[in-house]
Amino acid sequence: MSRVALKGLLGRKLRAALTAVAIVLGVAMVSGTYVLTDTIKGAFDTIFVQSYKNADAVITGKVAFTNNEGNAVETPSFPESLLGRVRALPDVVYAAGEVTDARTHLIGRDGKAIVTHGAPALAFSVDPNDQRFNPLTLTAGNWPRGPGQIVIDKATADKEHFRVGDTIRVEARGPVRPFVISGIAKYGSINIGNATFAGFDLPTAQVLLDKPGKLDVIRVQSRAGVATSKLLDELRPVLPQTAQVRSASAQAQEDLKQVGFISILQKILLVFAGIALFVGAFVIANTLSITIAQRTREFATLRTLGATRRQVLGSIIVEGLVIGVLASVVGLFAGLLLAKALNALFVSVGINLPRRGTVFETRTIIVSLLVGIVVTLVASLRPALRATRVPPIAAVREGAVLPPSRFARYRFASALVVLAAGIAVVSYGVLGSGIPLRLRLFLLGGGVLLLFVGVSLNTARLVPPLASTLGWPGTKIGGVAGRLARENAIRNPSRTASTASALMIGLALVAFVAVLGQGLRSSFEDAVDKLFVGDYALTSTDTFTPLTVSAERALRGAPGVEVVSGIRAGSGKVLGKVQNVTAVEPNMARVLRLTWKAGSPAVPAQLGSTGVFVNDDFAKTHHLALGSPITLETPTANVLDLHVIGIFANPKGGSPFGPVTISSSLFDQNYPRPQNEMAFVNTSGGVTPENSKALASKLEAFPDAKIQTRSEFKTNFERPINQLLGLLYVLLGLSVIISLFGIVNTLVLTVFERTRELGMLRAVGMTRRQVRRMIRHESVVTALIGAVLGIVVGIFLALLVTHALANEGFVFAVPYGNLVVFVIAAIIAGILAAIFPARRAARLNVLEALQYE
Amino acid sequence: MSEVAESPAATAVVAAEDVTRRYGEGDTAVDALRGVDLEIRRGRLTAVMGPSGSGKSTLMHILAGLDRPTSGTVSIAGIDITRLDDTTLTKLRREHIGFVFQFFNLLPMLTAEENVTLPLSIAGEKPDPAWIDELLGKLGLSDRRTHRPAELSGGQQQRVAIARALVSKPTVMFADEPTGNLDSQTSEEILKLIRESVDDYGQTTVMVTHDARAAAIADRILFLADGLIVRESPRTSPDAVLAALAEIGT
Repeated sequence: MSRVALKGLLGRKLRAALTAVAIVLGVAMVSGTYVLTDTIKGAFDTIFVQSYKNADAVITGKVAFTNNEGNAVETPSFPESLLGRVRALPDVVYAAGEVTDARTHLIGRDGKAIVTHGAPALAFSVDPNDQRFNPLTLTAGNWPRGPGQIVIDKATADKEHFRVGDTIRVEARGPVRPFVISGIAKYGSINIGNATFAGFDLPTAQVLLDKPGKLDVIRVQSRAGVATSKLLDELRPVLPQTAQVRSASAQAQEDLKQVGFISILQKILLVFAGIALFVGAFVIANTLSITIAQRTREFATLRTLGATRRQVLGSIIVEGLVIGVLASVVGLFAGLLLAKALNALFVSVGINLPRRGTVFETRTIIVSLLVGIVVTLVASLRPALRATRVPPIAAVREGAVLPPSRFARYRFASALVVLAAGIAVVSYGVLGSGIPLRLRLFLLGGGVLLLFVGVSLNTARLVPPLASTLGWPGTKIGGVAGRLARENAIRNPSRTASTASALMIGLALVAFVAVLGQGLRSSFEDAVDKLFVGDYALTSTDTFTPLTVSAERALRGAPGVEVVSGIRAGSGKVLGKVQNVTAVEPNMARVLRLTWKAGSPAVPAQLGSTGVFVNDDFAKTHHLALGSPITLETPTANVLDLHVIGIFANPKGGSPFGPVTISSSLFDQNYPRPQNEMAFVNTSGGVTPENSKALASKLEAFPDAKIQTRSEFKTNFERPINQLLGLLYVLLGLSVIISLFGIVNTLVLTVFERTRELGMLRAVGMTRRQVRRMIRHESVVTALIGAVLGIVVGIFLALLVTHALANEGFVFAVPYGNLVVFVIAAIIAGILAAIFPARRAARLNVLEALQYE
Repeated sequence: MSEVAESPAATAVVAAEDVTRRYGEGDTAVDALRGVDLEIRRGRLTAVMGPSGSGKSTLMHILAGLDRPTSGTVSIAGIDITRLDDTTLTKLRREHIGFVFQFFNLLPMLTAEENVTLPLSIAGEKPDPAWIDELLGKLGLSDRRTHRPAELSGGQQQRVAIARALVSKPTVMFADEPTGNLDSQTSEEILKLIRESVDDYGQTTVMVTHDARAAAIADRILFLADGLIVRESPRTSPDAVLAALAEIGT
């Protein structure tokens, strides 16, 4: 019996291949995700392990607390004198100190800081005399010696055409300084992505990084044969409060925690892979059920020859298994290519992460194959069960129909129940309060899947009216072909419905993302319009990384400049939790207009050394009122006693302020190397070309600084939103592509099924062109049904989420332009999907088609 | 209606007792069979004749267990098949029933030989090579073993179908308009083969046909009209069959 199944599969190669495509793409996404993230993780792993080569123990600065909020907590340095004490220990053979920094920008040939898109712009000291701890290898020149020399990374040197002997400018904590390139180095065989590095000798680095007499890291090598634990025990007593020691491998592990975002990235990509597989399952189930309907007589014949229902079921399961295995294997390897494509996609939006040789783990193989096979089998279960209901008598009866299943009479009701359950679960997941995050995500995921299935089950009843309406333009354009196409789409509503449903899923998510994105943009713009009453804003060139305070100072007293007001950002422990802490200058009210719920616009000027203002959400959560005392612990373990002197309404579209804001003077006293997240400027006469020019010229010494008008400011802040949307569109695009294959499958099978009918139409005078047009119109009608349903479901989901997140500044805004684009895209997709089936239909030989039995 | 008295029950391999079959309900109900009694004796070729709409196909479907009667009982090899569940009926089919269809119903992806041995594969039995050789030789398919149905003529396809029906040496072989889709010369060949399988192997056969020449090879011909057996005849000539048909009239 399984031989029959396998032979049957061989006899229907095209159909089997079309079925398999859906799984190939889904599995490729799974395997591609693993390959890409493993490759990135592998590179980081190597970097961190290499960083401590030949070291047995590593001493680093210790922060009072760790921050998980996003704003980097500055790790305090420790006094250089520690190195002498370490070297004096009996079991220490060698120890060397290093200073490091991750925000030291190299200046490109165009005079602008080389943008790293969030990747570190590393600076560190290297020892020109002893390379035992140095993870870098020189590709040209020598290690830097003395105050004027630098070694830079090869990728930057290549990109910006720097060679040994050239001068490059560097912006660290102070003003920009020029250095002569003594050498060019690379990090083994690792591509460090967007990151850049600059190496100096220790005294130079200490000056440049504003860490005189201090160190960030000491690497320690012990006498041969000394156990690491013994070494650590010896080291611990000599450490000051602000330092800690770990074994080299433990430190590498610790460093690896910094790149936890990779596993988040992996999870996000896997979600998209899951969506693709879900759509793939729809396509497979649909294709198989059409195929099985067409093979009714074959199954009936097998039954008359003595095959049991179980054997029929088994033969279809075997087919599903074979398709699943082959498709998963192909998908597994296609994933290697997709990993490259995904990486190219990320690079195109500025996310360029370190990579080394491709990592292809056993786990990738196992998970990809397992997922692909299981999804195929699950998807083939329902069609297979249908096939078991084929009665033997169908072997002798022309046009025998399957007897309804035992549950058929509940179909209408159960479709509605599934839909209602989907809506209920999603709504509860979004709107319910006090649900733990894990459960919430589970409810959302499950609810959305249920919702999709529910919509799909109910779509069959919507197909006739939808097809009539959406097919109407086709009847005008396509004449008789258009009319027949419309009727064909309605002829088997459940088939059209499930074909359209696959597309519906992809488009629902695309529309959801578009609507949310539009909401984010408009609430942000709204907030900027309300808050931003200054003329110019000053940020770093990449908008989001903090900028040295000196840039702001350089603008003070410039001709035409009336007000310069910076906003510092850092973090601190407040009321037991790490929060973003911001600080403002007394003149803040001149450039930003907050709505005060308690206190007055004079609050920023009154902060002094004990005042703090908070936003209303924070005040509400912690029951704060004017005069409430708060203590703020800084990362360097300073404790500040403050009291609330103002509460402002947190703008819905976001604001530059953290929950807690203090005065800039207090901030500067307690935070080493303070930085501005942004600054605002008022000029006499407002925004004029002269003022813009004057400001820009004052900032020439700060290549990482960017002056911008309000509209430029909006554009810059919206860029990541738009890039994120673009990224999501592309990732969801894979699901849409899979659903297009679903349309192709259905049409090919339909053409096959209607061979005789097509022959008849050709015999009575339909031209090939008309046949093609008819198939094309049917495809477009199907795609449009999917698009319309998808957009409706997407808007519904977005409405729900916006409602739930209304307090977080989400507003509901429909991007009509985008939706029109999606509909047009669906029409084009329908036309593309029809190319191959239409060609097949038009190629039919009239005579053979009529004789076809 | 004298066959009940005439034939000893021991040799009846297929028996029907007061079989009725009603399609639909209420005013639109159609009575395809209105009380049919019959017995099919071992080793004989029985033809069921009748004009279209007479119920002859329905009768065969019910005798073969493809359809269930509205009332009455059908037994094959002494087993009442009207009350069997699907699995038992399927197992019974393997052992006792062979089918020849009007449209051949061969599986297009299997070769002629694979199609012939398919019932054995389904039942999980090993084909006896000598028997397969003999069968294929008998049906003139020895040089067509590896051909697929699409590479065979209609007559050859029907021969494959007959070999497939005979391969498990079933208690009874049902042939549903076996010549309905063939030209007259090919029909002759097929009928000859069916006749030979009865004579050489003692294969009990029930053939439904509206072709008088087909009916004329049968040992016994049952005439159906309006859901009832109205006449029966021993082996006779095609002309006599036509005359009988004309006599029943419709």
